[in-house]
Amino acid sequence: MQWNSVGEFFAMGGYGLYVWGSFGACAILMVAEPLLAKHRLNEIRESLARERLADELDHQAGTS
Amino acid sequence: MGNHGRFEGCIGVRQSIIHWFRFASPQSFYPLAGRMIPWFWAAAAISGIAGLWISFFVAPTDAQQGEGYRIIFVHVPASWMSMFIYLVMAFWAGLGLALNTRVSAMMAQALAPTGALMAALSLLTGAFWGKPMWGAWWVWDARLTSELILFFLYLGFMALQAAIDDPRRADKAGAILALVGVVNIPIIYFSVKWWNTLHQGSTINLTKAPSMAQTMLWGMLLMAFAFWMYSIAVALTRVRAIILERERHTEWVKHAVE
Amino acid sequence: MNALLATVRRDILLALRRKSEVLTAVFFFVIVTSLFPLGIGPEPLLLKKIAPGILWVAALLATLLGLPRLFAADHVDGTLEQMALSPSPLGLLVAGKILAHWLLCGLPLVLLAPVLGLQFDLDASALGILTLALLLGTPLLSLIGAIGAALTLGVRGGGVLLALLVLPLYIPALIFGAGAVEAHIAGLDVGGHLSLLAAMLVLAAFFAPWATTAALRVALE
Repeated sequence: MQWNSVGEFFAMGGYGLYVWGSFGACAILMVAEPLLAKHRLNEIRESLARERLADELDHQAGTS
Repeated sequence: MGNHGRFEGCIGVRQSIIHWFRFASPQSFYPLAGRMIPWFWAAAAISGIAGLWISFFVAPTDAQQGEGYRIIFVHVPASWMSMFIYLVMAFWAGLGLALNTRVSAMMAQALAPTGALMAALSLLTGAFWGKPMWGAWWVWDARLTSELILFFLYLGFMALQAAIDDPRRADKAGAILALVGVVNIPIIYFSVKWWNTLHQGSTINLTKAPSMAQTMLWGMLLMAFAFWMYSIAVALTRVRAIILERERHTEWVKHAVE
Repeated sequence: MNALLATVRRDILLALRRKSEVLTAVFFFVIVTSLFPLGIGPEPLLLKKIAPGILWVAALLATLLGLPRLFAADHVDGTLEQMALSPSPLGLLVAGKILAHWLLCGLPLVLLAPVLGLQFDLDASALGILTLALLLGTPLLSLIGAIGAALTLGVRGGGVLLALLVLPLYIPALIFGAGAVEAHIAGLDVGGHLSLLAAMLVLAAFFAPWATTAALRVALE
């Protein structure tokens, strides 16, 4: 292992901004993308569930 | 006897084809994708953690580029995935066009944003590498330029699909565009390379770290595998959303969402 | 073959009845190339250096300007559907329309380029190479552009979308076309550039009408 202290690890031999900028950009975007995809899935699921509920209520109102 | 065996073999092949076509229907692919996603996430997490460990704690400092070269561990996987996803996307789009299978066209549509993200990450990390190594955020290097054009191709594909309201037409138009893109990518890459050597491009090669150590290669491969698994997991999540959106008026969707 | 020539003749006659449409693209080409010296300054050496790139980029944009109209009018009045149902193969008719587009939008640019090149202090041999490169390159632009025009037929925001789809695919033509003139000015051999441009033209002449036809069938469904 080539790091003697935490500070040295974060400094990256003077390339800290670039290395952490790269890894940080990847981390942020690769967390955001699945969350957005999941959000899209949940949104359509909820909308379908609401539709189903509305159908059931219609049905009950019709039979009673 | 021999004929008989061949006949049974034929039935076996036929059955397995039918078996595979069963998954080509949105109705059966939707739950299948749901079951597969956690496994791809697990594979992405394990290889990602191992890859990050190697990239930061095992791989030695580079003699020429110091610690700055560690950007390679995200830059190269992102570049590889951006190119690979375009091929996969064009494959599914072409399959959808040829066999008229709806799920493959939806898969192509689900892959495009992930591919565009990978191209964007490759450009971003390329800029973060270029600044300390070349002294500029952007250099008209052949690889970076090709990556930028690939990013434009992804944007065009997504814009075309978004602009067409009828999903079946959007699928087919997108498929033709993706196939035209696949034919053009080697030509574009070659021409950009030619252009670059003619204008005396940069001397440092981004993707080939000098004297690449074995551990560096392993770190890069592990990270590439993690990016690959990540892309599949995200694309499957997105394709599930697309399936529900497109099939929302069918009977099975009403029962799939409890 | 007769069907192809008939399509070419018909499209040219239609275009000549509305001259302004053809002239717009030509004037655009002239104005854009004349704007650059005004923006950059009249220094002859600098202008000579950037001339091939400017003339080629202006040619790309001028070609792009005429593309949305390639199939739009025939689509609106139903001619395109009749073409799809006619006994002669649609691919041949599409090839005819692309050829007509080149004769109307590409060829005038090729003929004008040497005149505009004078504005940039290019010498006679460089002007010759420029014309030759455009002669090989502009049909390529029409062929590739036709695919984009067919894909965006009747789509909302079609014009801007067309530019987004087609411009990245124009890059190889730009690189080799402008590169040929630059190489000639630098005293290098231009045979490689021109033969690659010709090879791309042959490739596009085979595949582009076919892809355009497929895209048109999708649009007509």
